[in-house]
Amino acid sequence: MATSETRLAGRILAAPSILLLLIWMIVPLALTVYFSLLHYNLLDGYAQSSFTGVNNFYYFIKDPAFLTSIWNTFVLVGSVLVITVLGGIGMGLLLDQDIWGQGPARIMVIAPFFVMATVSALIWKNLFMNPISGLFAWVSTSFGFTPIDWFTDYPMVAIIIIVAWQWLPFAALIFMTALQSLDGEQKDAAQMDGAPPISYFAYIVLPHLARPITVVILIESIFLLGIFAEIFVTTGGGPGLATTNLPFLVYREALLKYDVGGAAAGGLIAVVIANIVSIFLTRLVGKNLES
Amino acid sequence: MGKIVLKDIRKTFGDVVVIPGVNLTIEDGQFVVFVGPSGCGKSTLLRLIAGLEDQTGGHIAIDDIDVTDAPPAKRGLSMVFQSYALYPHMSVRSNIAFGLKMAGMPKDEIAKKVDHAAKMLNLGDYIDRRPGQLSGGQRQRVAIGRAIVREPKAFLFDEPLSNLDAALRVQMRQEITKLHQDLKTTMIYVTHDQVEALTMADKIVVLNRGNIEQVGSPLELYESPRNLFVAKFIGSPTMNTFSGPEAQRRGAATIGIRPEHMIVSRTDGDWKGTVSIAEHLGSDTFLYLDVPGVGPITVRADGEAGFHAGDTVYVSPVSARMHRFDESGMAFK
Ligand SMILES: Nc1ncnc2c1ncn2[C@@H]1O[C@H](COP(=O)(O)OP(=O)(O)OP(=O)(O)O)[C@@H](O)[C@H]1O
Ligand SMILES: [Mg+2]
Repeated sequence: MATSETRLAGRILAAPSILLLLIWMIVPLALTVYFSLLHYNLLDGYAQSSFTGVNNFYYFIKDPAFLTSIWNTFVLVGSVLVITVLGGIGMGLLLDQDIWGQGPARIMVIAPFFVMATVSALIWKNLFMNPISGLFAWVSTSFGFTPIDWFTDYPMVAIIIIVAWQWLPFAALIFMTALQSLDGEQKDAAQMDGAPPISYFAYIVLPHLARPITVVILIESIFLLGIFAEIFVTTGGGPGLATTNLPFLVYREALLKYDVGGAAAGGLIAVVIANIVSIFLTRLVGKNLES
Repeated sequence: MGKIVLKDIRKTFGDVVVIPGVNLTIEDGQFVVFVGPSGCGKSTLLRLIAGLEDQTGGHIAIDDIDVTDAPPAKRGLSMVFQSYALYPHMSVRSNIAFGLKMAGMPKDEIAKKVDHAAKMLNLGDYIDRRPGQLSGGQRQRVAIGRAIVREPKAFLFDEPLSNLDAALRVQMRQEITKLHQDLKTTMIYVTHDQVEALTMADKIVVLNRGNIEQVGSPLELYESPRNLFVAKFIGSPTMNTFSGPEAQRRGAATIGIRPEHMIVSRTDGDWKGTVSIAEHLGSDTFLYLDVPGVGPITVRADGEAGFHAGDTVYVSPVSARMHRFDESGMAFK
């Protein structure tokens, strides 16, 4: 890779794929920008569309649903991050122990990650959280309590539980592998130094996990900002706007109101917000990765 | 104080017996070196003393107090690990201070001790760096500093120099020896490098498959090895051993003679051989000879002797320096 020839060859060989990626990215983005500037409703057809400038952005932001959806997005992403990072560290610590049946246990823990979002959301909705036939309802009635109607009374909590369940294995897996790379002699040294388990965790294990934690936060937030399927198959964004996040608002705009222009504007706003978050996070992560 | 007594210490990992039963007394202030081939259980024995490994049987006493079931931190010992095992996220200062902090020592007292240790080991220039920013030798010094501040009853070293290059190894070896002279604290030092063992130790413990083959001063082991294993393990190049007519003639199953205890001549001697390899080290020349009827022999000749491969050479063992062993490999008294 050092000589100028190999560098040139590398560039020539990489060019087609970079070009393809550029087209892949630029075309939809350009179209979205273009649509966002049109008054374009699917009921009227493209022929009836007209240029309206930034009106679409104006109406999208002015819509009271916009602020609610942003708030919901951050509540969802934030809670899932907290649960998966804390839970993931806990599970990682457990899985790192020398226990009987370690192999199967690890595979089972990772399993939820392979279940499709729609499927797992439906399983949670119909088998666990259903107020009449769900497992949780059965448990609370057998203890004499009134079953909770999750999707009516605590819709956001229900969604958070479902999404956290899906992402916990990912976090646990990353933390487990990180823990396995912790030098055994360091543990011995800490023992010689007389560090009790809590100090050992706080001073040795947690700093060791700083990088994986930031990586998990970064990767998860990118995916969690776009959560859609789980909301679609369970609450449909409701009741009211209780579980409508930004992607779901865009979907509502486009497919329920047939307003392509408004949806495109919303999509661009979502892109901007995601970028702000990711710039903020990469800064944070970058700082952590350096030290 | 730091007298350590091992009584019938046994260790098995599942069905594998690593240490079948060791009895050993280490006096206060001694520098004891465990040597033996790789996998013979040196590290395991050291970790048993440290309390990092649970013994299968037997007792350990430090200063006449039974510590068999005491956790590592309660034994008052410090350990220096082969991989240094510094905490990578802490500065050198925090690394050294960590044990004291865990012991709940007041901050100013910790600072004083850390500064003292840093001065002793010349850590001053990099006291605020992270271990990742240090060279191997500097890291090793920090690891030693971490061991010193706790003012242990004994230091345990597990091959602390094996990751260093040859020159640095010699330097650190001398520093550790000097440290022992200054502190006069008991030290147990594990190595498979017999030069380290011979140069540093007051007392060498030769281990083989978890058994103690011999305990003694470097000179004792060199001059009167108790059996063939010790004879061949101590000394470099290894002792020449012969069984067969030459041994029988001297009333032993096996005889041994060190390369440096033979007289080399171009004209006459007991055994006549041809040089197959000549290693010129400057001060010495090691000759690897083929001697018909006796076998391959290594001898030490003068650096200036000027022997070369293919030369014919006569060698005569100095009979007073001859070692004789019986059928079971034990030396005759
Ligand atoms: N946790 C373990 N489980 C099973 N066997 C082990 C374990 N630790 C060590 N052993 C075995 O015990 C024996 C002694 O190991 P030990 O590490 O004490 O050797 P050593 O003398 O320190 O060798 P080296 O010079 O290579 O460091 C080896 O045969 C090793 O395979
Ligand atoms: Mg070892």
